Amino acid sequence: MSDLALLVEDLWVEYPARRGVVKAVRGVTFEVHRGETLALIGESGSGKTTLGLALVRLLPKAARIKRGRIMYYRNGTSQDILALNAEELRRFRWQECAMVFQGAQNALNPVLRIEAQFLDTARAHGLSDANAVRERAVELLKMVQLDPQRVLHSFPHELSGGMRQRVLIALGLLLQPQVIILDEPTTALDILTQRSIIEVLRRLRAQLDFSLIFISHDLSLAAELADRVATVYAGAIVEIGSVYDIFERPRHPYTLALTRSVPTVTGDMHPLASIPGSPPDLIAPPLGCAFHPRCPLATDQCKREEPPLERVGKEQMAACWHWREVNP
Amino acid sequence: MTIARGIIHWFRQTLGLIARNKVGFLGFVGLLFFIVLAFVMPLFVPLDKTSRVDKIYSPPSAEHILGTDFQGRDIFSLVVHGGRDVIVIAFLTGAISTLIAVVLGSTSALLGGAVDSAIMAAADFWLAIPTFPLLAVLATQIKLNDVWLLSLILALLSWATLTRAIRSQVLSLRQRDYVEAARSLGMSNGHIIFKEIMPNMMSYIAISLVFAMTAAVYAQGGLVFLGLLSFSDNNSWAVTIQLAWTRGAIFFKDSFLNIMAPVIAIALFQLSLVLFTRSLEEVFNPRLRTGV
Amino acid sequence: MMADPSLRAGDTSPNGDRPNAAEPSTPIIELDHVSRVFEQRRRRVKAVDDVSLAIQEGEVVCLVGESGCGKTTTGKMIAGLIHPSAGEIRYAGRDIWAMGKAEFQRYRLAVQLIHQDPYASLNPAHTVYGIMSAPLLQHGIAANHRQARERVRDLLSTVDLTPPDDFLDKYPHQLSGGQRQRVSVARALTVSPKVIVADEAVSMVDVSIRVSLLNMLTRLKRDLGVTFVFITHDLAVAKHFAWEGRIAVMYLGRIIEVGRTPQVINHPQHPYTRALLSAIPEADPRITRTKERLQLRSLDIPSLLNIPSGCSFHPRCPWFEEGLCEVSVPPLADVGADMRVACHVVARERAKEAA
Repeated sequence: MSDLALLVEDLWVEYPARRGVVKAVRGVTFEVHRGETLALIGESGSGKTTLGLALVRLLPKAARIKRGRIMYYRNGTSQDILALNAEELRRFRWQECAMVFQGAQNALNPVLRIEAQFLDTARAHGLSDANAVRERAVELLKMVQLDPQRVLHSFPHELSGGMRQRVLIALGLLLQPQVIILDEPTTALDILTQRSIIEVLRRLRAQLDFSLIFISHDLSLAAELADRVATVYAGAIVEIGSVYDIFERPRHPYTLALTRSVPTVTGDMHPLASIPGSPPDLIAPPLGCAFHPRCPLATDQCKREEPPLERVGKEQMAACWHWREVNP
Repeated sequence: MTIARGIIHWFRQTLGLIARNKVGFLGFVGLLFFIVLAFVMPLFVPLDKTSRVDKIYSPPSAEHILGTDFQGRDIFSLVVHGGRDVIVIAFLTGAISTLIAVVLGSTSALLGGAVDSAIMAAADFWLAIPTFPLLAVLATQIKLNDVWLLSLILALLSWATLTRAIRSQVLSLRQRDYVEAARSLGMSNGHIIFKEIMPNMMSYIAISLVFAMTAAVYAQGGLVFLGLLSFSDNNSWAVTIQLAWTRGAIFFKDSFLNIMAPVIAIALFQLSLVLFTRSLEEVFNPRLRTGV
Repeated sequence: MMADPSLRAGDTSPNGDRPNAAEPSTPIIELDHVSRVFEQRRRRVKAVDDVSLAIQEGEVVCLVGESGCGKTTTGKMIAGLIHPSAGEIRYAGRDIWAMGKAEFQRYRLAVQLIHQDPYASLNPAHTVYGIMSAPLLQHGIAANHRQARERVRDLLSTVDLTPPDDFLDKYPHQLSGGQRQRVSVARALTVSPKVIVADEAVSMVDVSIRVSLLNMLTRLKRDLGVTFVFITHDLAVAKHFAWEGRIAVMYLGRIIEVGRTPQVINHPQHPYTRALLSAIPEADPRITRTKERLQLRSLDIPSLLNIPSGCSFHPRCPWFEEGLCEVSVPPLADVGADMRVACHVVARERAKEAA
């Protein structure tokens, strides 16, 4: 297991709401290897964003990690990030793991030029050699297909949404973290801009050595970029496997339904399958398998017992009592 | 029967919503207290009009729990009777100025163009007038002892700010998709104003009304204090303060409450109003009406 | 009511989307050289620039394009919610802005708009019944609340909100995004529209809900014969919704390609349409990773305040030819049966082929 970069074990996160306790993450276990790209795919309210925030301990104050372990590995050493104090956590956040949030607009300080944001971030982590930082910034901005001279001297509002997103990705890479987490990296961007972000990420991964976790509702993004894909439903991972397994041989009815419900541009017209019912309520998730009220394969067992994530293929796991009957 | 039950249901629900915000509920209780004090208590506590030369500025005692004033009158009775006009004027002023503001502000926002420019120009002009000196001048010319007249004048002086605020609210609300949908569905302007826009402004309007009330309390207090306004039977908290001030109550330790009792009454009444606005938010939010 | 046919025949502008000779009927909606300029802090923003489009009754037309292409403004002009700065919009052959009050009201009800954001399009102060009964009562479609209630129930069932009694007294905040969008559609149906302009009507709901919403709209189209103007940035959604209809691709306020859906999707002509289609990530790793991409010359999206000269796509276009593309605006010209493209290069190649 020497190539492990991140290990999450039995993670539970809750937060209080007006109506009750939101069980946003329910017993999530997964691992990310070095240089690997993992996509966490889920719909709104699936708990995927809470999961992402928990990975860097940026959860809102009210949220509570009830149980679990999050381990980061680097050069033979490991860090339990749930045990870090404030100072260690601050260091960890940019140097080990950087998170780029949804809505790139708001993540940059509007009154500082991009150059200052790079220098500030570096200084906060003890890098005071401004020239070295500038050099690194130029190099990274080139990698994300931006004109460094122009961008460094711009204010955030002078850049387009796609450019800001790329600046944030470059900024995230400044301190050479081993893991980068992207939350909805292409949402709300135009198609051609999305394409450029995808190409940039692909190029970066070929050039630099880091693991990438991205959180998205967009299956096509996973199909584009991911090595492995995890489907998140009602706060739990219901299926995880290689991108080809997930798209071509899904073993969880929800994954299957998702892949069937997204229209494609290329190829013939095929009817789209709709998923009946409505998304689950994280305050009172259905008993048994959370997907059972919407599942065509549901039996009495599904209503009573929650299926464990079990091995269904060489590198594929699914949480379904009837995975053998799931036929793509 | 069902109507009665409906009213009871509405009443209980509203009370529940008021109670939802602890601070707001405190304000509500305060307002109830003042309403009882000003409108019910006078039935039991007669206004003390007798001068007692032997009891000028006497300290609190069992007989006069807040002491007596410069004529030896019972201060407690003055406080009990001094609230009615203050509250009535505050409410009338608030209601009239809010009404003017809602009508002018929404007309301005909805019609736009020349009407909008005219109303806004008038509002700006009005805002530039130093109102308090104007009131002072007015008071020397007209006898401002009628509750309605005074309310009307106070309202006329405060409509401009509120109109601007209401206008910007309507401007923002009429951009909403649901207003556009209503237009697309051929709904009448009346429907759009009263059914689509107004319900979403109710909490804002109610809160504006309450703040207009607090402004009216200070305005009338100030006028009375400067001696520009007098009430026929001298029964206002403001009058009590003014008399206490001009008759030298502040120079006697024993008459401390003569000036403080009405001041505290005004302060608490104002505080109750301000606190109550917290609950208004809850009452007018449909999200909370049904409970999620 | 019919427009003078001789007038139409006289309109030989290459930019005009002339009705096919085989379809002599009056289009239900016709945009005739429509433009819209917005004044923004003293700057003029040309949101829609000389758009012509004829939509036949019962047809599905998708307006497709990225943000800022003018598709929403075009949709709102079709619904009569925005006045064009120039040009004419005709409903059943009549200029809508020259109509009398009663006629305009009839048109207004006949063309309904479905908004993108289901969280903003329903008034939070009213229940579903309140929202839907208002137009029924206002226009006398229902004589009283009892009738209105019946009608609202029917319409809720039509949009698959069943059992309807569960929804009548709900407030919008008590519904999910998908359910709200259905209420939005049901509200539009209260006035029995002939045309529905759906502006990104499914883009804000979750993947799993989107398909059932699309299927519901498809059923309405089929059962009620409603004409659809479907506005979307998502070509895959456009393909699935309008396979039997047409797609018009917009870029910076202009229609740059219009044709039958299978044609536009499978054989796009304009370099922008090609670039878009090749750039779309697909939910299939094998397809999406091997798709041929059309590389653009520049990633920068020009600002609407400063639209490039000539063909507005020229600074990004891989086929750019100096002295041609930046000089004149290419007209939307016929390049095949039911296919119009605004591109100098495509027009020249087609002309060569024909010769």
